[in-house]
Amino acid sequence: MESYIKRAGLGDILEKIQAEERLSREDGIRLYESPDLLAVGYLANIVRERKNGNKAYFIYNQHLNYSNICTNLCKFCAFGKDKESDKAYEMNVAEAIDKVRERLDEPISEVHMVGGIHPDLPFSYYTDILKGIKEVKPSIHIQAFTCVEIDHLAKLANKPVKETLEELMAAGLDSIPGGGAEVFSPRIREKTCPDKLSGEGWLEVAKTAHGLGLKTNATMLYGHIETVEERIDHLDALRLAQDETGGFLAFIPLSFHPKNTEMSDISRTSGVEDLKNIAVARCFLDNFPHIKAYWVMIGPKMAQIALSFGADDVDGTVKEEIITHMAGAETEQAMAIPELVRIIKEAGREPIQRGTLYDVIKTY
Amino acid sequence: MQKIIDKVRAGERLSQTEGEELLQQGSLFELGMLANEIRWQKHPEPLVTYVVDRNINYTDVCVSACKFCAFFKAPEDREGSVISFAELGQKIEETQSLGGNQILLQGGLHPDLDFSFYEEMLRFMKGYGVHIHGFSPPEICHFAEISGFSIARVIEKLRAAGLDSIPGGGAEILSDRVRNETAPRKCSSNNWLAVMGEAHNQGLRTTATMMFGHLETIAERVEHLERLRELQDKTKGFTAFIPWPFQPDNSVLDHLPKTTPHEYLKMLALSRIYLDNFDNIQASWVTQGAKVAQTSLFFGANDFGSTMIEENVVAAAGVSFRLSEEEIRRLVEGVGLAPKQRRMDYTLVE
Repeated sequence: MESYIKRAGLGDILEKIQAEERLSREDGIRLYESPDLLAVGYLANIVRERKNGNKAYFIYNQHLNYSNICTNLCKFCAFGKDKESDKAYEMNVAEAIDKVRERLDEPISEVHMVGGIHPDLPFSYYTDILKGIKEVKPSIHIQAFTCVEIDHLAKLANKPVKETLEELMAAGLDSIPGGGAEVFSPRIREKTCPDKLSGEGWLEVAKTAHGLGLKTNATMLYGHIETVEERIDHLDALRLAQDETGGFLAFIPLSFHPKNTEMSDISRTSGVEDLKNIAVARCFLDNFPHIKAYWVMIGPKMAQIALSFGADDVDGTVKEEIITHMAGAETEQAMAIPELVRIIKEAGREPIQRGTLYDVIKTY
Repeated sequence: MQKIIDKVRAGERLSQTEGEELLQQGSLFELGMLANEIRWQKHPEPLVTYVVDRNINYTDVCVSACKFCAFFKAPEDREGSVISFAELGQKIEETQSLGGNQILLQGGLHPDLDFSFYEEMLRFMKGYGVHIHGFSPPEICHFAEISGFSIARVIEKLRAAGLDSIPGGGAEILSDRVRNETAPRKCSSNNWLAVMGEAHNQGLRTTATMMFGHLETIAERVEHLERLRELQDKTKGFTAFIPWPFQPDNSVLDHLPKTTPHEYLKMLALSRIYLDNFDNIQASWVTQGAKVAQTSLFFGANDFGSTMIEENVVAAAGVSFRLSEEEIRRLVEGVGLAPKQRRMDYTLVE
């Protein structure tokens, strides 16, 4: 099918990918702007199969959103609420730990815990939840607090990020999720989330975590007001950081969900846009081991197709997901393992239930 | 596989065995790229067409009791109904006010309505000046049974009463083994094809469908395509082919797993490759949703189907995707193509 790629005008990029050469920013922009979805997907699939063979990962995890109270109130977010809002909520430490206790009979390997930038919870609240979860279930991996929250916690603790992370690790933090990256461009942050930690600040927190041996993920929120160039700048910044530290596990493109946000006049992302963002990321981020198609955001159908367009991970069972669903996601709250296994097998891939660090828990 | 790919690239026709092999052993990209190349050869203009129409189901009472159907009501249950002409008129007016130029008219095989009811219904609808795309082959076979007329005579009388074209429903899988297991009371595959052949002879254009992903084998899917291709060689009367996967919820076959989009896209692509004498292939957003339907524009589909101002049959199987004309246009524009409203015969509405 190489003649097809050449006719689509991407023959030179095909050659680079076959030779495992790094793509330039211009190459990345050309991939985004190519009208030929199949050609871009085919290129991404070469990289995907080189890095991950025929494997497709998922995880049995639990989402825990301890509070939606947030001082940032980003325009693209339907989850964060002002403290005075009647839709605001916060769990106390015991309630948060109970969420884990309630599901001790399930083989959950990871708690994925994120929340808003809360104005007045103390630093001890966060460490107490971490400690409490580990007491209830010592074997569980806690992936918690985006780089934006970590920066906030450092301010609460009145300590540098590094020491803050060390204290959180001592309390039970095992890895850091990829949220809060949005689009690094200062123009985009100024327009959509002026109060949020800057892109540079986000990358600094991630690199500091990597220095301490913590693995982290990275995301990009696409499909709002960002340009193709700004997307590539974002990917380029991640690629450079990964060159330095090697600490990123997965890149997860997040499709913007406009409903109930201040940007609700924008249409939701289309299927082709979703696939393209996954495919371009897979081609461009040559030093990221994994690309995740987060089914909660793009739907299980597109997540399955994405397994041929660069993705090797579909995230997990994800019960009690709130953030995307408040923004109008029409996907289910959870997908059972047999269904995840089935869609993976139907895509011709080999399903692997993984731990957070891509350790193999079970093959199907 | 390379031999098959080369054959397709050379514009040669695939045999049934080659079709089976391509579907089973071809990758998503191999099928997609071949189908996309053919789509562009057949339609070099950067357009995707769609039709603004409404499904009107004149009755849900049906004696057929197909195992894959979640829509019908058995006559003895007395829960079904027949549409009143007043309601029919109102639905047509609503369709016209939304820019609709066509009504897709289909219903169950009602045991008690006389053939004259259907003729009257057509004459009534024709008063609104709308294109009537109506009565799939199982309905026409049923009309022949209840009236004692031949299939040719039934079609003549329906044409005289205002029928403009025939939808391709009820084809399911054109294999009598599968029909006996899933829909034994529905017309046979030969009869389905006979209705379409006769309609084409009388100058009516029709579409063709396939509902796959239930009890059929891969060979039976390709046999279905083969039989359509044979008839099309003779009549050239089919405007489009529309494959869609079985939606199991609320049907007798609800234990069967739902076909995934990966399989849907492969089957769609094979249809585009195999049916070399069909001009148009439709995406099925009603069963697949907007995202997969948009993606299918790269897997051989050049038509987005209908806006379906009203849809009841798939909705009865628990699937309720909705798309407005504006959204369809946006999805098409989103892949750099121009959306164009069309008529049943694929002429463009300017």
